[in-house]
Amino acid sequence: MAEERAVPTGSSPSQPSAAAASLSEPLLVVDGLAKEFPTPEGSLAALERIAFAVREGEFVSIIGPSGCGKSTLFNIIGGLIDRFQGRVTIAGTPISGPHAAIGMVFQEESTFPWRTVVENVAFPLEIQGMPKQKRLARARHFIALVGLEGFEHRYPFELSGGMRQRVAIARTLAFEPKILLMDEPFGALDEQTRLLLGDKVLQIQQELKQTTLLITHSIAEAVQLSDRIVVMTYRPGRVKRIVDVGLPRPRTLDLVGSDAFGRYVAEIWNDLREETSRGMREAEARVRGMLHRP
Amino acid sequence: MMESQILQRMSGFLPALTGVFTAGAALLVLELLIDADWINAYLVPPPSAVLLSFARVIAEEHIAERFLLTSAEALGTGLLLAAVGIPLGLLLYRLPLLRRATETWVAAFASAPLVLAYPLFLVMFGRSALTIVMIGFFAGLAPVVLKTLEGLTGVRSVLIDVSRSFRLSPAQHFWKVLLPAAAPTVFVGLRLGLIFALINIIGVEFLINFGGLGQLINDLAERYDLPGTYAAICFAVLISVVFFAALERIERWYRPSRSSAEA
Repeated sequence: MAEERAVPTGSSPSQPSAAAASLSEPLLVVDGLAKEFPTPEGSLAALERIAFAVREGEFVSIIGPSGCGKSTLFNIIGGLIDRFQGRVTIAGTPISGPHAAIGMVFQEESTFPWRTVVENVAFPLEIQGMPKQKRLARARHFIALVGLEGFEHRYPFELSGGMRQRVAIARTLAFEPKILLMDEPFGALDEQTRLLLGDKVLQIQQELKQTTLLITHSIAEAVQLSDRIVVMTYRPGRVKRIVDVGLPRPRTLDLVGSDAFGRYVAEIWNDLREETSRGMREAEARVRGMLHRP
Repeated sequence: MMESQILQRMSGFLPALTGVFTAGAALLVLELLIDADWINAYLVPPPSAVLLSFARVIAEEHIAERFLLTSAEALGTGLLLAAVGIPLGLLLYRLPLLRRATETWVAAFASAPLVLAYPLFLVMFGRSALTIVMIGFFAGLAPVVLKTLEGLTGVRSVLIDVSRSFRLSPAQHFWKVLLPAAAPTVFVGLRLGLIFALINIIGVEFLINFGGLGQLINDLAERYDLPGTYAAICFAVLISVVFFAALERIERWYRPSRSSAEA
């Protein structure tokens, strides 16, 4: 039914607080978020007036051109960066550091090379003090969930990049976070592997009803996975538009070739094209400035 | 199928076999050169004479006792190096100001000929194994500290972020993430420290004439028993081989991964 809806719907972020409040029972609320970094040339505004909310069980993606502050936003929500303006709350509680409700999956390869797959996945449970047998059993459950049965006793160097990222996802899921926060987890992988892993993430998210916030620069990935997509502007990063993805669930890889999917991709690309061009122009100007500096 | 399995098993031993063969070939060439009078036999004894002297040195020179004494000094020094050097490296990692203030001095300390200060150590610790252990310790300390620091600063930031995101306590962060991630470089430091320490241990045993293999090498050299001297040197080398093999085992047990590049 929803697949027939050809034109994506969106909401303007002109009033951030209203946008955040309009959602019912939000689990994560980002409201009026701004972040500046000091540089030798003065203060650099990375994020400005960011506002959106994520409801329980929802899959939201944040998409924007390179340099729009996606990773800064990821680190702030994950509690790894402090000293920012605005508020980030989880179930109404403001965050002030890494939060037990948030599990993070990083863009870079982040498995522990000295631990086997099962030891990697059991790591957060070991930290919580769970008995060995129990935590290994739980770890095996999550390894099965990401489709890595049979690789439990392998070391990360014996796995492909995609498999290692699945280990990282399983490890974070074993932490049983209320919100799964992922920063371009498939960024270093080829397009085909990305699609297949995206499908796997989708299956897991649907099985666990896992609230997920994904940072990505891939429009196809965002449309394939998300209930809503937050489109960001180039620096300073602001919310340009929030797109409701009306594609039906459960979603399969067949959806990727559909007309409706293509229309969402085109629509979001229209939003991003201008921002990406601006980013490229500004980057070129910076390089020219550096080259002509005496 | 069987043939390929045998070939595969043999290929595992190939590096060791190549090493033994190369050493054997080098000794054979040396033997021939000495036989042909190209090398003076009064300066370098023929390998065959060294080989024959082993039985005599073992029977007459209390080699087991000396070997154990030097090994115990090396073990004590190694443990002290790990117990002090790694925490000092951690301290420099934790306190950037202290690091910037002392890193150059610590590096300079590594090249200081500490063995020349042995009279000072004799005054402080007496003519005992403690003097030898302390000289070995100070000689090997700088590489352990510097390599620990290098290993800790080289830990990939994403692993630190993972640790923070799982809300590890400072102790958990150190024992479960930082130290295992830095371990390959820390072990390089321990190996270097042990090399520096062993050179100094044997050297000081030689200088102060206090037991161990160093003293034996000195005695045999003064008696102009060149084959015996070289046989005693072989035992000193054996200590180094044993310690390196043990260190490699410990590293593999502690951090069972393939290469340091993964850290």
